[in-house]
Amino acid sequence: MARTLSMKDAVNEAIDQEMGRDPTVIMMGEDIVGGAGADGEDDAWGGVLGVTKGLFAKYPNQMIDTPLSESAYIGSAIGAATCGLRPIAELMFVDFLGVCLDQVFNQAAKFRYMFGGKAETPVVIRAMCGAGFRAAAQHSQMLTPIVTHIPGLKVVCPSNAYDTKGLMIQAIRDNDPVIFLEHKNLYASECDVPEEPYAIPFGEANIAREGKDVTIVTYGLMVQKSLEAADMLKKDDIDVEVIDLRTLSPIDMDTVIESVEETGRLVCVDEANPRCSIATDVSACVARDAFKALKSPIEMVTPPHTPVPFSPSLEDLYIPSADRIADAVRKTMEA
Amino acid sequence: MNDQITPILMPKWGLSMRVGTLAAWHVEVGTEITPGDEIMDVETDKIANAVEAADGGLLRRCVGQAGEVYPVQALLGVIAPSAVSDAEVDAYVDAFEMPEIDEDEDTGPSYEFAELDVGKIRYTERSGEGIPVLLIHGFGGDLDNWLFNIEAISEKASVYALDLPGHGQSVKAISNPNLETMVGAVIQLMDHLKLDKAHLVGHSMGGLVAAQTAISNPNRVASISLICSAGLGESINSDYIEGFVSSANRKELKPKLKHLFADDSLVNRSMVDDLLKYKRLDGVQTFLDGLKENLFSNGKQNVNIAAGLDALDCPQQVIWGEADAVIPKTHANRIAAATVSVISGAGHMVQMEESSQVNDLLKDIL
Repeated sequence: MARTLSMKDAVNEAIDQEMGRDPTVIMMGEDIVGGAGADGEDDAWGGVLGVTKGLFAKYPNQMIDTPLSESAYIGSAIGAATCGLRPIAELMFVDFLGVCLDQVFNQAAKFRYMFGGKAETPVVIRAMCGAGFRAAAQHSQMLTPIVTHIPGLKVVCPSNAYDTKGLMIQAIRDNDPVIFLEHKNLYASECDVPEEPYAIPFGEANIAREGKDVTIVTYGLMVQKSLEAADMLKKDDIDVEVIDLRTLSPIDMDTVIESVEETGRLVCVDEANPRCSIATDVSACVARDAFKALKSPIEMVTPPHTPVPFSPSLEDLYIPSADRIADAVRKTMEA
Repeated sequence: MNDQITPILMPKWGLSMRVGTLAAWHVEVGTEITPGDEIMDVETDKIANAVEAADGGLLRRCVGQAGEVYPVQALLGVIAPSAVSDAEVDAYVDAFEMPEIDEDEDTGPSYEFAELDVGKIRYTERSGEGIPVLLIHGFGGDLDNWLFNIEAISEKASVYALDLPGHGQSVKAISNPNLETMVGAVIQLMDHLKLDKAHLVGHSMGGLVAAQTAISNPNRVASISLICSAGLGESINSDYIEGFVSSANRKELKPKLKHLFADDSLVNRSMVDDLLKYKRLDGVQTFLDGLKENLFSNGKQNVNIAAGLDALDCPQQVIWGEADAVIPKTHANRIAAATVSVISGAGHMVQMEESSQVNDLLKDIL
C-alpha cells in the first residue's frame, strides 16, 4: 500500500528484513560480494543482476561469496541448513541446476525422510528462470516441472512483487528446502508492496482475475500474458478467470477444481516445455477429479518441445503469447 | 457558464480510486431529482455502491453510459431547470473538460503518519471549519472503512480518520493490546494534531474507544456518535469475532465477512484479499489474538461503558444498522441521553451501506 516496489527490490527487501530479524539467515552465491572494494564501488555487485545489492554493506557477516562451483556451495548451504543456519543459496540461473542436482534432489529433498523426521533442511535455493532475455538455450529454461517432480522440495514461482516478498519470507522461515524461481523478465514489474514484513502461506493459489466462462491456470510470467488475453477476450464477451498457482509444490488443486466446476472450461498455460509439465499435471488432475464439470476439451498453451531459440524473432514466437492464449480460450468456447 | 446547471460527477471513494464503472442509472432524462435520491450505481475494484444525489433538479442529460468506465470527476449527467435551453445544456457538456485517466497521477492528499508514544500511527485529514471530527474504525478495520463518509462530512468540518494501533498501516508491535492503548493513541494523535476538542465518531469497537476517550477526557470531546457500537451490552456474534481472528485464507474468511453487511454481495474478492494482506503482516495475528482476549473473550463483550456515558453532558447519538448481525440492534437503546437512529436495509457496516443517511446524522450533531 501506498508504495510500489519492483519484483527485484521485493526479493531484496524480503532477504534484508529476514537477515535483520534473524542472524542465522545467511546468503551464499557467485558475485554477491564481488566488486566490493573495487574502484567506484562502495558496496558489492549483488549478484549477476544486482538483486542483492546493498545487503553486503548491511550484513557483511551474513553474505558469503562462493567459487564457481555449484555442487560445492549448494552442497554446503544444504549442510549448513541441517546444522542450524537458514542459508539462501543463489544459483544464478536455474539452468545450472544439473551441476548440483544430486545435492538438491538426492540429499536436501530426502534428509527429513531418510533420518526419520529428525533432520530439518531450511535452505532456500534461489534462481532466475524463463525465456525472453535473449540469453539463449542454456540460460532461459523454465525448469519448474523438474523440481516439482521431486517429493521433499517446495517450489515457488511468483508472478508479481507483492507475492514475491511474502513468499520469499515464508521460504526463509520454512523448515524444508525451497526452490524459489524468479522470472528474470518480471524483475522490473511493479505493484503495491507493504513496507512491513509478511508471509504468504505455500499451497494457496491466487485468483488474479475472477470470471465465469473459462478458467486459465498458470504461474510466473504467464500470469501477465493470461491477464492480457483476458482483457482481449472481454471485448468478445468472454469472461475469463485467471488462477495464479504461486507455488507448484505444494499445489492448490482445490482452488483449480472449484473454479472449473463453475466455468466448465480449462486452459493451462505453462512456459515450461510441453511434456510432463505443470500444464499436463493440472490437466490430468482436472480430467480425473472434475471430468463431469467439463463442457469442452482441456486446452494447453506451451512453447514447442525444443530448446529456447537464440534468434530474437524465434524466441518471441517460442514464448506463449496473449494471442495464443486467447485463441485457446476461444477454442474451448466453441466446443 | 450558466450557474443554474449542476453536473453529476464520478465520485471519488478513497485515495486509491482513479476510475469507476457506471454500473447503472436509476433515473432517466426528465426525472425530477430530490437530494438523497439514489441516481446511479458505481463500482470500483474495491466496492460497489449506489450514489445518492447531492443536488436536486431536473435531469437533462445522461452523459455517462451504463457499463462504461470513467475517471474520477468525469461528467456523468447534467441537472438544470427547464428554463435552461437545450443549447445551453449541450454547450455545457461540450465545454466540460473531462479528466484524463492517468495511472501515475498524484491524486492530491495522501495518507499521513505521526510518530507517537504508542508508535507510528497513520491518519488522513480533510481541512474545514470549526471543531474537527475524528473517525475511529472498529476491530480489524482501518480508516478506509470511512470511504463514503470523509468527503461528505468535510463539507461541514475538518475530518480526521486514523488507523488504531495494530490496525491498517499503524504500528503492529503493541505490548498491551487493550482499550487503554487504543484510547491513549486517540489522545496522543489529538495532541499531535493540536486538536483541543473533537467530535468523536466510532464504529463498533471504535465506538467503545470513542466512548472511553470521552469518559476519561470529557473536556476534549464535543460530541460522540456511536455506530453499531461495542461496549453497550454483553452479546456479540462470536462466529464473526472468532472467525475473523482465526481465518487463515480466503475461503475461511469470506463467509465470516458476510456477517458485516445486510447485502452480502458487497463482500468481493478485493475486500477479502485486502483483509488477508493485513492479517498476514508480521505481528497482526498476535495483536488480534490479544485484543480479542481483552475485549471479547468467551464470545462476550467484557467492557460496558453505558453507565459512564450517562454521566457525560456532551451531545450523544447512537446509529445502528437494522440488520446488524455482529452486535444486536437492541444495544442501541442502552444510553439514556442519546438520540437513537436505526437505519433499515443496512448491517453492521451501516456507514458504508447507507452512507448518506449516516453522513446526514453525523453532520446534524456538529
